Amino acid sequence: MNIVVCLKQVPKKDSILRIGSDGKWIDERDISYEMSEADAYALEEALRQKEKHGGEVIVVSLGPERARQSIKEALAKGADRAIHLFDSVFDTATDSAAVARAISAALKDEKYDLILTGLQSDDYGFAQVGLIVAEQLGLPSATIVMEVQPEDSAVRVKRELESGWFQWVRLPMPALLTIQSGINQLRYATLKGIMAAKKKEIREVKAADIGLTSDDLKPGQVIERAYLPEKTKRTEFIEGKPAEAAAKLVEKLRFDARVI
Amino acid sequence: MASKAEDVKSPKGGSFLIEDRAPEAIFTPEDITEEQRMFAHTAEEFLRKEVIPREDAIYAKDYSVHRELMQKAGELGLLSIDIPEKYGGLGLHKVSSAVVGEQFALQSSFAGTQSSHVNIGTLPIVFFGTEAQKQKYLPRLASGEWIGAYALTEPQSGSDALAAKTKAVLSDDGRHYILNGQKMWITNGGFADLFTVFAKVDGEKFTAFLVERGPGLVSGHEEKKLGLDGSSTTPLMLEDCHVPVENVLGEIGRGHKIAFNVLNIGRLKLGARCVGTMKLSLLQSVQYAKERHQFGQPIANFGLIKHKLAEMTIRAYVGESILYRTLGMIDEALDQADKDDPAQVLRVLEQFAIECSIIKVWESEALAYVVDEEVQVFGGYGYSKDYPAERAYRDARIARIYEGTNEINRIVIGTQLLRRAISGELSLFEAAESAVKRRTAGDTLSMNTANLAFSEEVLMVRSAKSMTLASISAANRAYGDGARNEQEVIGLIAEMVMDVYAMESALLRTQRLLSGRGLENCGVQVDVTRVFAREAAVRVERAARAVASEIEDEECLAAIDQLVQHSSIKSIAARRRIADAVINAGRYFLS
Repeated sequence: MNIVVCLKQVPKKDSILRIGSDGKWIDERDISYEMSEADAYALEEALRQKEKHGGEVIVVSLGPERARQSIKEALAKGADRAIHLFDSVFDTATDSAAVARAISAALKDEKYDLILTGLQSDDYGFAQVGLIVAEQLGLPSATIVMEVQPEDSAVRVKRELESGWFQWVRLPMPALLTIQSGINQLRYATLKGIMAAKKKEIREVKAADIGLTSDDLKPGQVIERAYLPEKTKRTEFIEGKPAEAAAKLVEKLRFDARVI
Repeated sequence: MASKAEDVKSPKGGSFLIEDRAPEAIFTPEDITEEQRMFAHTAEEFLRKEVIPREDAIYAKDYSVHRELMQKAGELGLLSIDIPEKYGGLGLHKVSSAVVGEQFALQSSFAGTQSSHVNIGTLPIVFFGTEAQKQKYLPRLASGEWIGAYALTEPQSGSDALAAKTKAVLSDDGRHYILNGQKMWITNGGFADLFTVFAKVDGEKFTAFLVERGPGLVSGHEEKKLGLDGSSTTPLMLEDCHVPVENVLGEIGRGHKIAFNVLNIGRLKLGARCVGTMKLSLLQSVQYAKERHQFGQPIANFGLIKHKLAEMTIRAYVGESILYRTLGMIDEALDQADKDDPAQVLRVLEQFAIECSIIKVWESEALAYVVDEEVQVFGGYGYSKDYPAERAYRDARIARIYEGTNEINRIVIGTQLLRRAISGELSLFEAAESAVKRRTAGDTLSMNTANLAFSEEVLMVRSAKSMTLASISAANRAYGDGARNEQEVIGLIAEMVMDVYAMESALLRTQRLLSGRGLENCGVQVDVTRVFAREAAVRVERAARAVASEIEDEECLAAIDQLVQHSSIKSIAARRRIADAVINAGRYFLS
């Protein structure tokens, strides 16, 4: 079974973020980057499927030179080869549709049974690229996937719905799945794996190689302004009998404040 | 591969005092490869996600948790960096193991377990084991299935290791040595499976043995320590412990060669951990200083706090510079030696004994400063066990004591240099003479424009070297063979040597950065180098005067007057710039 994993590199979670001088995105200087969390789970799922069913795991990532670091990490963890969409022309691709166009074009000649992406990226969080790629490649897709069970030419997946509900669906393969964070236990890159990654292929793909120009990559959506969350203070009194008030408080702590 | 260690082309140990190096000729933290950074990342993740969450069990000395974590570390390859590939290891460089070692600073007690295992617990076999010993033990140590330990010290013999009383006697059938005695301060003593034990055959011939846990080998109670309270440290009792003759490590009567040279590498590895800990302490201090408000503003805004943060940054930067320079040299020399020939490996390790001792003393004392100031930045909270400064302070203290006390290491630095000078191995006396002459004749610097920014610092390093050489010569003239008994003088010489090595290493590194990146991209490093070089130059001069005055060497005092190279900068402003940069980044960011 061959599996493609789409990876995005994003600022590290503990980065100190500052708004860039254009006011439209963060200042990227002095920031460390890492693999977006949900993508890391998608990669892990792909590696586990490969260990069970054989085949190849191919990583694809669009990003500047630094994205190579996350690609290498994926190779060190056990992916077999990688495609790096690396070209200044791709800088224009700032929305999900444009990124998806580039990825779909790069995957046109690949043979795969599954494409896995993270549910959403840790930076923009649009949760769109995977679905648009599926649409452009004419593949069935499922989102928020918790479990993956390949059968002969189909795949059964468990999807997370709301309020603790789940849904099992069956899709013919090839298919695209967007993977929920936390569904498996991430492995570490072993030192041997890191050393072995040196010998694995990272194919750099330019826009022209896949027949795209900057016109094809024009975004339909632009970010007007980026700003840090504005802090406000709010005091709320919870009325009612002690037991009811306590229950309400617990609910608020759990679902509003999300601290328990 | 060179056939003999004598053919090795890399610089000789101690030669930095008499030879000028080009910035390109030294290894710097900027030479750490992407692959090595990935090794570090794996180590960091392992520590953050597997080890730190289990700190409670680690501090409770739950050996099963230590073992489990060690096996996980083994699976990731974190125990086998120094072990050759054919014995289940990765066969990587010392730089790689230091890059990984730095990360273990995140959990100092577990670092004690891991580093004792991979260094003094494993390296004796890597360097001095027979083929059969390597085949038998190294794969198990690489995987973490077995835990290694090193048993040199005894109740009555610490620094004077060769005064050990543990005895080994050949059994009547000639198949075993029977060991009797007691060892102290054995890291991993409570649960290790394999010990490198030093004992005297027939009470005379100091010899190393590989001793498996079994009948006759008993661990004593856990010591109650000031710091590193999660690592196991016990005495070890040997009572008619039968060790097969094939488990003699190296040659009978030559155990001291193993003991001292394994410690050389141990000193480097300890240096790496100290550097990692300094960066961590700086991170914690910066974060706290930004959060803690007094007088209506973060204490990071105050000059005296900035001074501390700047000094911590300076020590981390200089500490890295000397550490990686040394590791680079040793890797280069080991690459040129036949690693399967213990005699060649030994020669390399002996060659760099001075640098290894410098690293040990310098890094552990820099760390002592850093953790002390961390407590101070935290103020009252620094004194509380609920904040990280308190443990950092306690954990750091041992670094000045073990792997050879800093006093013993100072003696090593001073006496080794004198010995090499007297034997002619290093032409220190000649260099001293010509340095003074050169200066009297009016030394000018032929500068290349790229380093114009550092012309003063280049002269300061040169002058510090000359003063150091002059002091070594003067001490030799005054005391001759008795110099080794003048510990205070030897200590002053060691101080000078360390400062010279540190200021030169930082300067060469920054010179390289400057020509590669331009001033706008390494302004902080330039400030660090300028401030440090000046302070070091003053210390060297002071020490040189103390030596010359003590031995009433007018000629030497006159030479110092000639050699002195002063130049002042606005050091308060420079430290503020350093601090502001580190406050802005929120962490150490120069590597």
